[in-house]
Amino acid sequence: MKILVCVSKTPDTTAKIAFTDNNTKFDTNGIQWIINPYDEWYALVKAIELKEADPSVVIHLVTVGTADADPVIRKALALGGDEAIRINADSQDSFYVASQIASVAKGGGYDLVFTGKETIDYNGASIGGMLSELLGFPYISMATKFEWTANKATITREIEGGEEVCEIESPFVISCQKGMAEQRIPNMRGIMAARTKPLKVVEPVALEPLTQIVGFELPPAKAGVKLIPADQPEELVRLLREEAKAF
Amino acid sequence: MSVLIFIDQSEGHIKKASYEALSYGAKIAEMSGTAAEAVILGNSDSDLAALGQYGVSKIHQVRNDHLNHFDAQVYIQALEQVVSRTGADIIIFSNNVDGKAIAPGLSAQLKAGLVTGAVDLPDTSNGFVVKKTVFSGKAFAHVRINSAIKIITLNPNAYPVLEKEGRAEVVTEDIQLLPGKVTVKSVNKVKGEVPLTEADIVVSGGRGLKGPENWGIVEDLAKALGAATACSRPVADADWRPHHEHVGQTGIAIAPNLYIAIGISGAIQHLAGVNRSKVIVVINKDPEAPFFKAADYGIVGDAFEVVPKITEAVKKLKG
Repeated sequence: MKILVCVSKTPDTTAKIAFTDNNTKFDTNGIQWIINPYDEWYALVKAIELKEADPSVVIHLVTVGTADADPVIRKALALGGDEAIRINADSQDSFYVASQIASVAKGGGYDLVFTGKETIDYNGASIGGMLSELLGFPYISMATKFEWTANKATITREIEGGEEVCEIESPFVISCQKGMAEQRIPNMRGIMAARTKPLKVVEPVALEPLTQIVGFELPPAKAGVKLIPADQPEELVRLLREEAKAF
Repeated sequence: MSVLIFIDQSEGHIKKASYEALSYGAKIAEMSGTAAEAVILGNSDSDLAALGQYGVSKIHQVRNDHLNHFDAQVYIQALEQVVSRTGADIIIFSNNVDGKAIAPGLSAQLKAGLVTGAVDLPDTSNGFVVKKTVFSGKAFAHVRINSAIKIITLNPNAYPVLEKEGRAEVVTEDIQLLPGKVTVKSVNKVKGEVPLTEADIVVSGGRGLKGPENWGIVEDLAKALGAATACSRPVADADWRPHHEHVGQTGIAIAPNLYIAIGISGAIQHLAGVNRSKVIVVINKDPEAPFFKAADYGIVGDAFEVVPKITEAVKKLKG
């Protein structure tokens, strides 16, 4: 079985968000880059668990990014996976990224395509859904549990207001969230092995993005907290109703 | 040229998020001088014509046995055909589980530019620009859609439900569909609770509550306010509360009118999930808790003493 895991680099979860060039560009100054947590903790680690259960499983990682994504890809390879493919382009919008990944995936003979449920930077939650249509595969979104037996997956996924258990045969695309797997830390052996794993760089296909970010904006700063003495909780309730009109 | 709004239903019940999407889509149609129509997939016992009060003139209902269970691939097939029949060029979804599963695939099929998580009406003064949340609520991006067909998913609680007079014409669309490849084995819906993302008020507890046995004070306050309950990540990780209550960067992102955080220090990852709440109240015994910096109102004090008194005061005020 061949699994393709889509990974993206994102700013660290504690990164301070700021913009430059008249609020049109994300300020990357001092930003620590990480593997998007949903891609890493849930999608990649789940794929690695499948390979641990069946060593014949082959895992490829794919990302769309320029050479500055390489350290993050190496870190993902240190967790596991056999090789990585980097499509050498700046990610422009989700349709652009999904189309680039689809062009790589089409010739690859993949049985399963794993993505995180969304990236923590642009929060598009779109790559899995777009990929599935571009590849003509079914799409299982927001998966929280995954069991694989004899070419068939039993998956628990979030639906509106609850969860459902479904079965599906490969190939398909699945987006992963909390519950799928547990976060891991790469060990020294993995880090050493990652240095020699293949990282193929392929050039992007020519394509116009459908959308374009024209500017960013930070939310207005809070006016500051109004503290109410602990022995006057009824004053808080009065303010919430009369001043904030919150209930 | 028209606006088409996807109505999300669960076992025939239409959600508040759909009323918001209908109101939002109707406003866009009014701004651009076109008609607002809606589409609903599957059987529904609701009085669909009554949805006209949210500003839509026509509702396309697709009845087909292949739509009885949610399958993104099948839903997209149906929607593609409805879009083609109506000639819609702006398509609106709620940015919820279903919207996130369908809108991207439809976008890829139609080569329609997609903005997910919109928080405001599009600005059409220079192209078609939609404001959306990015960096997990820590910022907004203005995204221009350049394609002829445009798809937007609207964040819950970002646009008000607007009602007026009127009934819609309901049209049953006869559409052929290929069956899906997903077999649903069981469905488990949380009954009777307001989904967290749709709740107007959320009362949330953190590690400061010391253990699951102490959640009574959170639940009592939530009940008095008609609120949903939530929790921080350490609480869900320790299994004090179910995972579906976890709000934060890796949990659910919410934007209620009122968020009350009890015994939560306010780590940046937690704030990422709640910072779009309109009013934030923090109750914590540690005056240095970072959450106070993001709060509108705060009480420095022992939750076990303060919260029951707040509950009493709310009950008294509500009579």
